[in-house]
Amino acid sequence: MTEKDIIERLKENVIQGRKNQDEEGIDEELSGTPGVVELTRLALEKKISPEEIINALTAGMTVVGEKYASKEYFIPDMLASAEAVGEAMEILKPILEAAKVETKGKFAIATVKGDIHDIGKNIVAILLRGAGYEVHDLGSDVATEKIIEFIREESPDYLGLSALLTTTMTEMGVVIEALKDSGLRDEISVLIGGAAVSDDYAQEIGADTYCPDGFHAIKVLEGMKKRKVNTAI
Amino acid sequence: MPREGILIANPYERITDKQVQQIHRASLEMLVDPGLICFSKKAAEIFQSNGAEVVAVAGAEHPQWQIKIPEKLVTEALDSAPKTVKLGARNPDNALIMKGDEPRVYFISGSETNIWLDVDFPTYVKKSDHSVEIEVPEFHPRRGTVADLCQSAHVCEHLETLDGYIRTVNIQDADITEDNKDVNKFFASLNNTTKHFMSGLTKLEQLDNVVKMAELIAGGKEALKENPIISFITCLVKSPLQFVADTTDTFIEICRRGLPVVVSSSPQAGTTAPIKEAGIMVQINAEVLAGITLGQLVNKGAPMLYGSVPVRARMDTLGDSYGSVETSQYNIDCVQMARFYQLPNYSTSGVCDAKIPGQQSSIERLFSNIVVTLSGPQFLHCAYGLLDCNAVFCLLQAVLDDAHFQMLKFFLKTPRINQPELAETMKQIREVVATPQKLYIHYIRQVMRSGEISAPYPFEGDGESDGVFALAYQRMNELLARPVEHIDPETTARIFKEIPGLLPRLNVYKEGK
Repeated sequence: MTEKDIIERLKENVIQGRKNQDEEGIDEELSGTPGVVELTRLALEKKISPEEIINALTAGMTVVGEKYASKEYFIPDMLASAEAVGEAMEILKPILEAAKVETKGKFAIATVKGDIHDIGKNIVAILLRGAGYEVHDLGSDVATEKIIEFIREESPDYLGLSALLTTTMTEMGVVIEALKDSGLRDEISVLIGGAAVSDDYAQEIGADTYCPDGFHAIKVLEGMKKRKVNTAI
Repeated sequence: MPREGILIANPYERITDKQVQQIHRASLEMLVDPGLICFSKKAAEIFQSNGAEVVAVAGAEHPQWQIKIPEKLVTEALDSAPKTVKLGARNPDNALIMKGDEPRVYFISGSETNIWLDVDFPTYVKKSDHSVEIEVPEFHPRRGTVADLCQSAHVCEHLETLDGYIRTVNIQDADITEDNKDVNKFFASLNNTTKHFMSGLTKLEQLDNVVKMAELIAGGKEALKENPIISFITCLVKSPLQFVADTTDTFIEICRRGLPVVVSSSPQAGTTAPIKEAGIMVQINAEVLAGITLGQLVNKGAPMLYGSVPVRARMDTLGDSYGSVETSQYNIDCVQMARFYQLPNYSTSGVCDAKIPGQQSSIERLFSNIVVTLSGPQFLHCAYGLLDCNAVFCLLQAVLDDAHFQMLKFFLKTPRINQPELAETMKQIREVVATPQKLYIHYIRQVMRSGEISAPYPFEGDGESDGVFALAYQRMNELLARPVEHIDPETTARIFKEIPGLLPRLNVYKEGK
């Protein structure tokens, strides 16, 4: 396989949402052929630059986005592609770190204390990974102290908080107050989401923004600046 | 291969086997006492020559006979009436095969309305904020024309869920007369759909012209017998228990020609039938059995459907209330009666009281469409586009109905629960439970594209806006823009040469078209 072939196949497999060779994707003819993970490894073996690999992944995701917009693709397709890109980014991560290449940013995400509903949070995490963010999923029913501790130690650029219930959404305000008390609030952007919350609620508790879904989050993040400079990856 | 229809795995039954038997026995009794009044001399003679007790009613304004039909004649008719009836189509793949003992449902349009409902979307400006504009559908009734009938057949040709076409609108153009109405309504419909076409006949004298037209299209007399691309519906018994003169004579002639025909009765509970369920059921069953008996006496083995269009009266006007819940109950009872006789059933659903498309219309039609379909009639006249009982036809409503039937057909698919399916999904569960995210999203995609997941409602609006009518209107125009397969030029030329009374403007191959 030539370098050009590898790059083209990478893009095609992102479009197909094939994380690895075991996945079927949409086009049955691809079954059993290398997926994004295998192709990324092969690309590195062939000394293709990480930038070129990332460009192929991004080009694939652009097509996926277009297909989603035209209603040819649905969210499961987007997620499959995003997950494949996320896996590729994990493979590239040590190389990018070694080369001190700055990524889009570090994103911590959690469902707040008292709430075990994590479908939305998981979907957003997959989409953000696929969009090139370094996502740290802290889980569901996460204590405020644990979130603060993670931010203090890992210095993420963004914090995503999720809550499904009206009874647990108030915990988001508690987290933001705790950030203020710890002197960390100005260092991090806080995005909130979940069925119970809204734009108004984001303003009320002092979050930076409300995101109705993962796609909105990606869009919002593109317009946000990382609060801290030289964040290590 | 005929159309598949939808096979109901476990048909819903309202009445018990014992109640079916009770209705059957009571109906036979009704056919003897009081029997039927018959206004058709031909029918009276046929019954008399076959052993029924026929007595002329003295002193009546119109000649009429009292007929008592013995059980033996009914039983013999039920034996000889075909248990399987084929309704052919210009495209043989659109044929309908109906077996009296198989609850395979075909969805058909109808009935003939006088009024055609146009729709447009004028813009309204909000009084308190002139920057806010909305488009609101407005409906405009007018008399139906032959062009409307062509349009309706054209759109129905493309409605995926619709299996056959009953003419939807009465053609009332200035150049349409009682003498040329039949040939024009048959040609306009047949030329715009390749699905089966059923209609009533306006004038008995036109029957031979209509049959000849069908023979030309089907490829000859024998070909038409093999592939009956047309069928007829006759309401020969007027409730309560009266053979009408002209329709009965028409019915007799159709039976003689061996073309499929619906023996239909449409009693109204409260006025022309008892208001109680037991009463209307005994009466409608007796009326249909009387018609079937006559048809089989005319031509043993002639194909016919057990036709039921029962309805409850409105209490405020004593008009029809097709939207009433009881109407669906009667129809389901009739489906069971037809199945008891193993005769294919023409049933009714989806007819609503609402006068325009909207919430009332959707609720009334969807309710009866679901429950009557579940009972498993073979030929379901489910009123695509029909409004205001059977007075108004709206093409936009027909497009909306197609979306309802897509949901209904999907719902009635056979459940896929078997060992291979269980094994595959159990493997999925084990795999997903072991992952940190615990989501099954990976497994959606293949299934999503295999047709195993129902499509979203096709006329869904964005956000909080309700775009149903506008989107359905768009769809309607898309279907109208899609071509239909007309009758070929050579056959069309022969039809126009040999069949009198056809309007030249219906010839799509005529110069200038």
